[in-house]
Amino acid sequence: MLERLVRESPPFRKGLLSSLTLAAGLALWEWLPEAGWVDPFFTSSPSRIAHAAVSLSTRGLWRDAAVSLNEFGLGMLLAIVLGILAGMLLGWYRTLDAMFEPFVTLFNAMPRVALLPLIIMWLGIGIASKIAAVFLGAFFPIAITVMAGVRTVDPNLLRCARSFCATDRQIFRTLVLPTCVPYLFAGLHIAVGRGLVGVVIGEMLASQAGVGHLINQASTTFQTDKVFVGVILLTGFGYALTAILKQAGKSFDTWRVPK
Amino acid sequence: MIDIEVRSLSVGYDQRRTGGRISAIEDLSFSVQAGKFVCVVGTSGCGKTTLLNVIAGLQKPASGQVLLGGVPVAGPGKERAMVFQTAALLPWRNVLHNVAYGLELQGCPAKEARRAAREMIALVGLDGFEDSCPHELSGGMQQRVNLARALVTRPGLLLMDEPFGSLDAQMREFMQTEIERIWRQTGQTTLFVTHSIDEAVFLADEIIVMTSRPGRVKAIVPVDLPRPRPHCIKQTPVFHAIGDELRDLLEAEFDPLATSRLRLEAV
Repeated sequence: MLERLVRESPPFRKGLLSSLTLAAGLALWEWLPEAGWVDPFFTSSPSRIAHAAVSLSTRGLWRDAAVSLNEFGLGMLLAIVLGILAGMLLGWYRTLDAMFEPFVTLFNAMPRVALLPLIIMWLGIGIASKIAAVFLGAFFPIAITVMAGVRTVDPNLLRCARSFCATDRQIFRTLVLPTCVPYLFAGLHIAVGRGLVGVVIGEMLASQAGVGHLINQASTTFQTDKVFVGVILLTGFGYALTAILKQAGKSFDTWRVPK
Repeated sequence: MIDIEVRSLSVGYDQRRTGGRISAIEDLSFSVQAGKFVCVVGTSGCGKTTLLNVIAGLQKPASGQVLLGGVPVAGPGKERAMVFQTAALLPWRNVLHNVAYGLELQGCPAKEARRAAREMIALVGLDGFEDSCPHELSGGMQQRVNLARALVTRPGLLLMDEPFGSLDAQMREFMQTEIERIWRQTGQTTLFVTHSIDEAVFLADEIIVMTSRPGRVKAIVPVDLPRPRPHCIKQTPVFHAIGDELRDLLEAEFDPLATSRLRLEAV
């Protein structure tokens, strides 16, 4: 009955339904500790988290956020530039692919956070090790998806371009790049998540500031409210970035056959 | 206008499975006078597309050579243009930019290319669709974009690889009249590959019949029908006589399993 109603209703009503369940979940989270069913010391509650956020915002929350954002931004920038470059080269040149394929496969299969203790040994507890952590998370998804994109260039289009005397540069600019764009966006979606994991774990292991540092400090002193502030901040940031990517990807995609 | 001379051409493909070679074309020779419309017919897998690829400079022959206006083909050239079997349009470019694509690749300034493309879009009857994307067009319209992209480079030699193969019967007849009209206007030497006998007789000054693989010239059949050719010409006895002659020639070459065998060997 409800199922049929949702299936046949316009999208905004589906949105209404999901907002309702979200609100219900939050209400439950608020009410269970109040009613004494669970201990707020462990679960916290939305109002307690809000209080903690307000008090933290005048005591270093934004500085932590800025530190993490800086580390994340630099690591991502490096991963995007080098990831696209590596993906293009490995996708286009079979020789390079044959040479580096084992490294790409091994590194991609490896749980790369396991390398972080080593990286901290090498680069110290400052910003450099966090940038490396973000880079390690984000580089491979970008490189691998771009590589797949390069290989899907339509051979008919290649033949056509060659018949009109296209140079390699022209082929790259007019065929390879446009073909890669949707793949790049798929890679970026994954990379954002992996990069955030990198920065948080990096900060938790060894650091003097950052949202991961905040979470770590708060949890070792059993300040559940503050831990949640950090978690929610990261979630919001990741969500916003993914939404922006989705929108940007769509604007590149207007030519695609509507499904 | 460019004349074509193909001299004892042989082309082979490497076989991945056995490491041997399949001979696609063997000792093929013919010549085409400048400004003629010549059709190439033959059973599937007889090397028609391979022949076009070699003339276009996209594939190297094992031996023999192709002379265009007396000059041997060494690679793709600006005096040639190819119309592909699949429309091969850039899906992210609109009609205008797709038509301009070939000119652009040949180094023509973008503004100039777009101006020429607009003219050609009118000639192939696509005015008003300049801003449409390929996925919004029918198969016939996509093929007209494919055709316009080649014509706009003002080639002396137009190579067409079964361009109407995927169209429905009505659109096909319509496009045949169109290409005949456009060719009379532009007058470039045209080599048109098809497996439709009717299409070949309707369009050609001369028809090259190829043997089954490895492809050689089996016969060259002249078509002495007046131009312009309306579709009712297909009902005349002369048209039927030429068609029957071609059918007899091709029937002797037909092997119903040829394509499957080729696929098996090519694996």
